[in-house]
Amino acid sequence: MEWLKRLWAWAWAFLRRPAVTLSLPFLTLGGFVGGVMFWGAFNTALEITNTEQFCISCHEMKNNVYQELTRTVHFTNRSGVRASCPDCHVPHDWTDKIARKMQASKEVWGKIFGTIDTRRKFLDHRLELAQHEWHRMKANDSLECRNCHSSMAMDLTKQTSRAAEIHTRFLFSGEATCIDCHKGIAHELPNMEGVDPGWKVPPELSAPPQAALERQEFLAWLNKKRD
Amino acid sequence: MRGQDHLRLTRMRVLIGSFLAAVIGASTALAEMGTELTGGVPYTEEAPAKPIPKWTIDDIRRMRAYPDQPPVIPHSIEGYQLSVNTNRCLSCHKREFTEGSGAPMISVTHYMTRDNQMIADVSPRRYFCTSCHVPQADTPPLVGNTFEDMSKLGVRHLGGE
Repeated sequence: MEWLKRLWAWAWAFLRRPAVTLSLPFLTLGGFVGGVMFWGAFNTALEITNTEQFCISCHEMKNNVYQELTRTVHFTNRSGVRASCPDCHVPHDWTDKIARKMQASKEVWGKIFGTIDTRRKFLDHRLELAQHEWHRMKANDSLECRNCHSSMAMDLTKQTSRAAEIHTRFLFSGEATCIDCHKGIAHELPNMEGVDPGWKVPPELSAPPQAALERQEFLAWLNKKRD
Repeated sequence: MRGQDHLRLTRMRVLIGSFLAAVIGASTALAEMGTELTGGVPYTEEAPAKPIPKWTIDDIRRMRAYPDQPPVIPHSIEGYQLSVNTNRCLSCHKREFTEGSGAPMISVTHYMTRDNQMIADVSPRRYFCTSCHVPQADTPPLVGNTFEDMSKLGVRHLGGE
């Protein structure tokens, strides 16, 4: 314990002592160049972790979610545009990206301790994992979808009348966001029992107020009769 | 005795001969059926796959060819997940969801057990929609068809007399 205290005291004294042999311009410039190099390295490393190759370097991602993605329209389609993992799962803005990367440290923990290292374990956790993503997308108004699919650029005449009608009713009115209805477009879904689709009308809206009032009156009348 | 044996042998030969003829005839017929379905390619060879036709997606309900025909799907079901976990079809066509989706509700026969007892949810035996309901594409039929609508066969309505 004593030696640790001595080491600390020495380090502190070393850091506090002003430079005697190095000039101020050298230190300033050196600090600048060092800063640029650090920043470049940091961003490069960040970019490397932001590629499909990095994601599927783990078998958990490669054997489960990636295999499912390859069978969907976001992987192959007539115009040859492809969305890779980070396009949908990592925000593009820097602050949001860093926040997401910090969250991802939990995923590193999961990787080290093998939380989903078999197919069975992955399927058991699938609902929870999916719910994380649904909540994230719901909270940021499906930002990652909208990076490519802007509602401003949607030509309703090019959609089927059914799709146009539903988009007008739910999307343009702001009543729902992409993920509310388009769950499972890129991966297989977990057991969806109890997860209602986005167009399910909440019970308080499904009956018009007048009818609800009449029903209450009727129930009151019925109770009186019973007594 | 010898003569009888000879007779029996001949009968056997006739029997085997006719059996062989039947087998050859049947397999030729089968082979022809095969070529009819693959477009002239013998069934022992691999027929080149034609490009997948474009689905009919106009959302117009098609008339049923006969009253209990499962209605066909007038929209694309590309990428719809239909598994033990989830059923994309039911997320619109199930009774509880039709108000929001505006889709036609699946018929009441899907809410019945084998013994016609009504149940609250879709019967498990009716769960896999695509075993009866299929999307449509405008393609020439592979085999000829002489189907005629039953209403054109001189149907006599009940109580019509």
